[in-house]
Parts: sequence; C-alpha cells; structure tokens
Amino acid sequence: MNQNGMFVQYFFIVQWCIIVMHEWALAESILVSVQQIAEQEQLQSVLEVTIRVGALQQVEPSILRFALKQLSTGLLKDVKFRILSAKSTLKCRVCSIVWQYSPKKLDRTASEAIHFVPEAVHTYIKCPKCGSPDFEITSGRGVWLENIRGVKLSD
Amino acid sequence: MIDPRTSIISERLSKIRRIIAVSSGKGGVGKSMVASALALSLAKNGFNVGLFDADFTGPSTHIILGISNDVQPKEDKGLVPAKVWGIAYMSLVYFVGDNPAPLRGLDVSNALIELLSVTQWGELDFLIIDMPPGIGDAVLDLVRLVKKIEFLILTTSSLLAFEVVKKQVMLLCELKMPIIGIVENMKRDNTETIAEKTKRLGVEYLCMAVFDQKVETAIGDPVKLLDSAIGELAEKLCRELVGNKGNIDAL
Repeated sequence: MNQNGMFVQYFFIVQWCIIVMHEWALAESILVSVQQIAEQEQLQSVLEVTIRVGALQQVEPSILRFALKQLSTGLLKDVKFRILSAKSTLKCRVCSIVWQYSPKKLDRTASEAIHFVPEAVHTYIKCPKCGSPDFEITSGRGVWLENIRGVKLSD
Repeated sequence: MIDPRTSIISERLSKIRRIIAVSSGKGGVGKSMVASALALSLAKNGFNVGLFDADFTGPSTHIILGISNDVQPKEDKGLVPAKVWGIAYMSLVYFVGDNPAPLRGLDVSNALIELLSVTQWGELDFLIIDMPPGIGDAVLDLVRLVKKIEFLILTTSSLLAFEVVKKQVMLLCELKMPIIGIVENMKRDNTETIAEKTKRLGVEYLCMAVFDQKVETAIGDPVKLLDSAIGELAEKLCRELVGNKGNIDAL
C-alpha cells in the first residue's frame, strides 16, 4: 500500500521448481505451496499458476485440474491453472545411456505403482542397453510448480 | 527449491498422538519383529494403531503379519492404509510386490516423502515405523520431516551390535531427538552388560526378550508371535508406553 492508502499492483512472477505428488493429494500440496509462497511474497492476489507434469508419474491433467478447482478457496479461488507436460529422462548408472520413459509397454499394475510412487520404476523398468535397474531419474519425476503470477501488495 | 510435501506431511500426521520409530544402527536385531508385535499388542489393548514399513529395500512386516498380496490401500484423496489385524498398514510392497526395489539414497528419500505425503492415516493413538537399519537417509529424513518422532532402539546382547547402536544414540542425542529407550533382543545369557552400558549412555534400558525358537515359527502368524518372547516384550513395551493406566488418557 502506498502513502495515499492505494494498492499498487504489479505482476510478480515466482520461479520455483517444486516437486509434488499426484492428483487430489497433489492438488492439496500445490495449493498449500502456492498459499505459502503468496504469503512469503506478500501477494495480494494470485492470478495464474503454471504446473509442469512429468511423464513418469502419469498424473492425469484433467483430474488434477478438477481437484485444484475443487480445493481452491480464499486467495486462490479465482486462480487460472496452466498444466503443462514434461518428458521424463532416465540415465543408466552402469552404461550411461540416456533414454525417455514411456509407460506404453508396462502392464496396469506396474503403471499404477509408478503413478503412486515413481521410485517403483526401478522395480519395473531396466536399462534398455545393459538391463540394469540402477538408473537415475534425471528429469520429469513428478510435478513442478513452475510459475506463479500474482499481484504484489506494495508498501 | 521448496518441497511443498513437507507441509502436507505435517498435516497428514497431525491426528496421530505418538509416532514411534523402531530402529537400530545394526541390522538383524529384530526391528521388524518388534515393530510388528508392538503394533499388534497396542491394537489388542484397544489403541488405534498404524504400522509403516519404512525399510523400502528390505520390507518384511507384511511377511511377519502374513499379509496377502491382494490386500491393498484404498484410494481416497490420497491413500488410505488397509486395516490388517486391527492395524492401519502401509508399505512399499503394495506397489512393488515381492520384487526387489533397488533404491539409492535420493530414491529412498523421494519414496518416503511420497508415501508420507499421500497416506491418509486419519486419527491414530500410535504410528509405529519399522525403520531400515543404520543411520542413513531414512533416519535423517524422518528426523527432518516428522517433528514428533520418538525413537525406540533395539540391540542384541552382542557388543558388536551395541557399539553400532551407540553411534545411533550419539547421533540422535546430537539431533536432540527423543529416545524412549533401548531394548535388548535375543538375549542368551544372564549378564547385565547391555543394561549397564545403556545406563552409561544416559539412556533408559527398557526391557529385554530372551532368544526364543518359537519366533521363527511365528512368521506369518500374529497369534503365535504374540505368544512368543517377542510378544511378551511387546506387552512390556505397551505398558511402558501407556503407563500403568493402560488407557488412552495415559498417552
């Protein structure tokens, strides 16, 4: 607020890389994080939240969006959610080959397990070159809160 | 970088009165047996109990409790643990089955955070955590993430086990974590060595269980387990935890 008691608005973009989990529980954690960041950054209102969904966790964007809308209240009631996808990259620690994760060849059990706990990928997937389960998830593990656009309360 | 799951974890655990990590610096001292028997004993005494198998690379509480593969958590705004023998039960085995889960430190941390974040425990009197051996990622993560965690430490009568346990106690003291006490398991003699060494550490020596052949045959049979030396130990621990009143008000 300035000296005349007027709110001075300007767009404030927060660039965070935040790891979260899936759908409803995921939506809760996203909203808690956004709320906390909004308070830390003294945002008067939050306009848009950009979320990046990694392929590994196979989060369903429409369910996530629904959960976010259902759970948004107060400061976050009118937030626009942008949900973008991201590829998941795996790197073998034994032979160093890098490859992209795809759930296509997985059965339902494996696919659901990885959805709930992405680290279960080490049980169901092996390095395509040497067959080792010892690989690193180098990107696209879960869900990132990539960007928050809001209006900052100025002093 | 901020990890929002931390704040959700606090919320998920907020309705649990006591969170007890059954742990040991040393492997093979009977953590999973004692954790399972303690959960069973508390449930038998009328408490709402949860059991979380945090030993991701070597889970065994499901084998001790004889939990079949078709038991699964329910998906409801997260995961609601299945009720087994009156215990709310959560384990990575729901997701990996009997297959190996070769996880490195970062993967262990991420899986632990994921399960703590997504599990809807609801109201519990006790959450018993079966810890992996050692003082690595899981211990450090739980110290960081679970604010009201208390440690129940196991050793055997072996000085080798105790020397490793001593390091764990030193670490937990440095971290200012509450230690309920030390339990001596698989005791084969009448010496007071471990009790004396425990007192010298400034930690309470809670109780002991004699080595009992029946324990091996009780695997998969909770009724038999409660009838073994481990079952007796669990009863003693149960009384230790709830006091003489033996009811919820004593917590």
